[in-house]
Amino acid sequence: MTRGIVTGITANLITVEVDGPISQNEIAYLQNNDERLMSEVIRITGKTAYMQCFESTRGVKVGLPVEFSGEMLEVELGPGLLSKNYDGLQSDLNKKEGLFLKRGEYTAALNEEKKYEFAALATVGERVNAGFWLGEVKENWVNHKIMAPFNLASEWIVESVAANGIYGIHDVIAVIRNDAGERMELSMTQRWPVKIPIRAYREKSRPYRLMETGYRIIDTFNPLAEGGTGFIPGPFGCGKTVVQHTISRNASADIIIIAACGERANEVVEIFTEFPELEDPRTGRKLFERTTVICNTSNMPVAAREASVYTAMTIGEYYRQMGLSVLLLADSTSRWAQALREMSNRLEELPGPDAFPMDLPAVIANFYARAGMVYLHNGASGAVTFIGTVSPAGGNLKEPVTESTKKVAQCFYALSQKRADSKRYPAIDPHDSYSKYLESPEIQQFLSERSGPRWVSDVLSLKNRMLRGKEAQDQISILGDDGVPIDYHVDFWKSELIDAVLIQQDAFDPIDSFASVERQEYGLEMLKKICDRKFRFQSFEAVAPYFKKIINSLKQMNFCDFNSAPFKEFEAQFKSMLNEGDVS
Amino acid sequence: MQSSAFQMIHTKIEKITKATVSLEASGIGNEEMAWVDNRLAQVVKINKNQVTLQVYVGTEGISTNAEVVFLGRPPVLKVSEHLAGRFFDAYGQPIDGNPEVEGEEREIGGPSVNPVCREQPSELIATGIAGIDLNNTIVTGQKIPFFADPDQPYNEVVANVALKAQADKIILGGMGLSNDDYLYFKALFENAGALDKIISFINTTENPPVERLLVPDMALSAAEYFAVDKNEKVLVLLTDMTLYADALAIVSNKMDQIPSKDSMPGSLYSDLAKLYEKAVQFPKGGSITIIAVTTLSGGDITHAIPDNTGYITEGQLFLRTDTDIGKVIVDPFRSLSRLKQLVIGTKTREDHGQVMNAAIRLYADAAEAKTKRDNGFDLSKYDKRCIDFARDYSRHLLAIDVNLDTKAMLEVSWRLFEKHFSLDELGIKKAISDKYWRGPGNNGN
Repeated sequence: MTRGIVTGITANLITVEVDGPISQNEIAYLQNNDERLMSEVIRITGKTAYMQCFESTRGVKVGLPVEFSGEMLEVELGPGLLSKNYDGLQSDLNKKEGLFLKRGEYTAALNEEKKYEFAALATVGERVNAGFWLGEVKENWVNHKIMAPFNLASEWIVESVAANGIYGIHDVIAVIRNDAGERMELSMTQRWPVKIPIRAYREKSRPYRLMETGYRIIDTFNPLAEGGTGFIPGPFGCGKTVVQHTISRNASADIIIIAACGERANEVVEIFTEFPELEDPRTGRKLFERTTVICNTSNMPVAAREASVYTAMTIGEYYRQMGLSVLLLADSTSRWAQALREMSNRLEELPGPDAFPMDLPAVIANFYARAGMVYLHNGASGAVTFIGTVSPAGGNLKEPVTESTKKVAQCFYALSQKRADSKRYPAIDPHDSYSKYLESPEIQQFLSERSGPRWVSDVLSLKNRMLRGKEAQDQISILGDDGVPIDYHVDFWKSELIDAVLIQQDAFDPIDSFASVERQEYGLEMLKKICDRKFRFQSFEAVAPYFKKIINSLKQMNFCDFNSAPFKEFEAQFKSMLNEGDVS
Repeated sequence: MQSSAFQMIHTKIEKITKATVSLEASGIGNEEMAWVDNRLAQVVKINKNQVTLQVYVGTEGISTNAEVVFLGRPPVLKVSEHLAGRFFDAYGQPIDGNPEVEGEEREIGGPSVNPVCREQPSELIATGIAGIDLNNTIVTGQKIPFFADPDQPYNEVVANVALKAQADKIILGGMGLSNDDYLYFKALFENAGALDKIISFINTTENPPVERLLVPDMALSAAEYFAVDKNEKVLVLLTDMTLYADALAIVSNKMDQIPSKDSMPGSLYSDLAKLYEKAVQFPKGGSITIIAVTTLSGGDITHAIPDNTGYITEGQLFLRTDTDIGKVIVDPFRSLSRLKQLVIGTKTREDHGQVMNAAIRLYADAAEAKTKRDNGFDLSKYDKRCIDFARDYSRHLLAIDVNLDTKAMLEVSWRLFEKHFSLDELGIKKAISDKYWRGPGNNGN
């Protein structure tokens, strides 16, 4: 192995004089007394390696020995990844000792002692390729597939498979050989470099199913496809994190991976505290059984923050290879970009806009491209759906991270300061936000099969109503209440109705926080009916009180169990009010 | 000042800038402390044998043959129970005329708490101010700044919050305090008879700005001692963080780093987060709560300092003078406490959440009505009622000098609702309004 000696230190950038070959992104360990500090090569000039240290460099001295590993940053993949809390380098945080994080302490990602009940899927003599399902074990409730290494270049032949039974994760469960006669012993685990996408699939297809989130403004108005990408930009205080957490609780995914990237520790603590208690609204199992948290909070070392999103994506891709639908949430991709900026700055590279590195758009595009719906070699499908939040500096959406993300993400959920200020949550702006999937033929077909042929046109008509309401409001505020026809007031209040009943949703109410598809279908139909109705009012002053009453009843319905007795009561109340409206 | 026997003395400085000196030395650790011409300095960069030190008080008058002594350790604070009641400078040296504190030396700016060892904050800190307790409840282990213009009485408000809040220790980190403000804090704490639970680390405008960089780490290390070793509830006040960030910019500029937005260093977010994230609730009951002040320039929160702060802290509190009543209030629109959901309605009365939201919505309607009025349009009856409500709401609740407990705040809110509105204008869940609404229309529909 190549060795080296530290020659310089500036914050977390270390220069090392090396005595042999090294490669870009290679991992090395710096020996500081009894601590081994992990670092990554980010630039090489002659015999000098520039390395970013994943730990604090306090006390590091010139002359310390460095040992290169010959590997890039890798994660360990195997049963036991779920319900874990990892740091950005996949160290299990629960296995670390002491109240404070000790630098240089890297704990095992998987539980070495735990045994799993293995059931073989492959047979002797079968030809296998990368990602082939050799067998499966139960991990929580998931059928965790044990797969052939993702880097197999050609087809190999199964020489033996372990009999069904109980095995540890490092026991040999299969032996394969290739045509050249090489043999390989396989266990339940394998390692994979995080910066390289796993490509053990037949093809990446266009998304054709929806990921339900339980948010009406997303599912009805701006749907997110399984295998799709979305991003949520917003100034601070607009509820980005609440939106992400609510999605992580309610989304119709098999596996949820949360990358808390450079954000607040207390937000992660909320997940740690609540997920073991909360139930998945679909399966009734505890949420943490399907969740893995990768947590590199803002006070943890910056370089590991950059690694954390890749670690999360790689674990997501791993579960996708099992034919599962994975939802990956990263909060926030801006912090990741800032980590890149800090390093680029220390390397004294010429800066791009706002001092971000010039290749930032490419880095972001490459990352988003790792999401997607794939067909595996065996015909099964799996997906990684990705939602990233962006924290634009000063709330200005014209900054490099937001702009670069907008070019690649298919759904845009813009959080608006104005809506947040008036406590209209979720503050997703109904006018600025969009989903390109609403125009995709595959998704349109999916929607019309699920919710009837008129669904898409109904959604578009309500979106149009929102726009008309905004125009009417502008006119009213220019010309005054009595300076416009009464119809303007009606248009405005119809949009207020859609806003209050469909768009606003109380993420902290146990019932309102999750709207099932059935409920959303009911809601859309009802709103469409009201909005298509012609109302006659004697004066503009009668419009607001009338609609406020309707809104009040419909809002109360949102707080009641679907089709329960109180729900029906408010429904009847509002229907009788609707008839009143015609005569007044 | 003091140096122990085995330390080597260097006397050949090769490069001097306004804030740094460079010299040849070996075996030096990154971030190690040193004396340069009897001034404290810290290693910021090492390149082979070339060591660059940042001299906190500045390099004026340092000669190339000045004595440099490396201390072989990062900056430390001596911690013990005796810290209580004392005033220190940015280096942890007493400035109150009393002798140095004896105790265990602890590195300042140490490692972060393992997130899985944190407890979810769940205990509210009552301040008696409705703009905080009712609308933006603060919880132990939270970090929250006041965003205020320099002309607003933020230090007075912070000092009052500190005295009313129930904490075992209050640690003041003053950065660039004017001497008047320093004496104000000192007198206020003394008069309140609270001095024995207060510890202060003070950098005034008379001290060099770069020294400020040590103040928050000193304050937070002391806080960690009391929260971890003594399981105490510690409240840390940091004022003014804008001046801290300015000092960061000075240093980064002297180090030839490429500035990012608003001439701030590209690492501003991480630098600030390292401090604010020290706010924590420990499972054994100890906690660190941080209330900071970030001064704004003309209310501009898009500037890099408040902007990055907002992304790190768990909410922010804005002060504003309400012209209706001529008093300072905590602005209900722009202020936010992110952790309030953890206590509202569970640690406080069940109607808290609904009352808070309804009141703010109506207050927003009032603001819209005022705009309408200012633009010369006629107001509807509802508009007028909203404006009346907003005035009452400011006077009886939001004003910073109102001092009530949360239950009383809720009762006052209900009485104001009854005075100005009908039940269906509130949009409050029926189960709640059935119980607390005493006006007409209850149980009727």
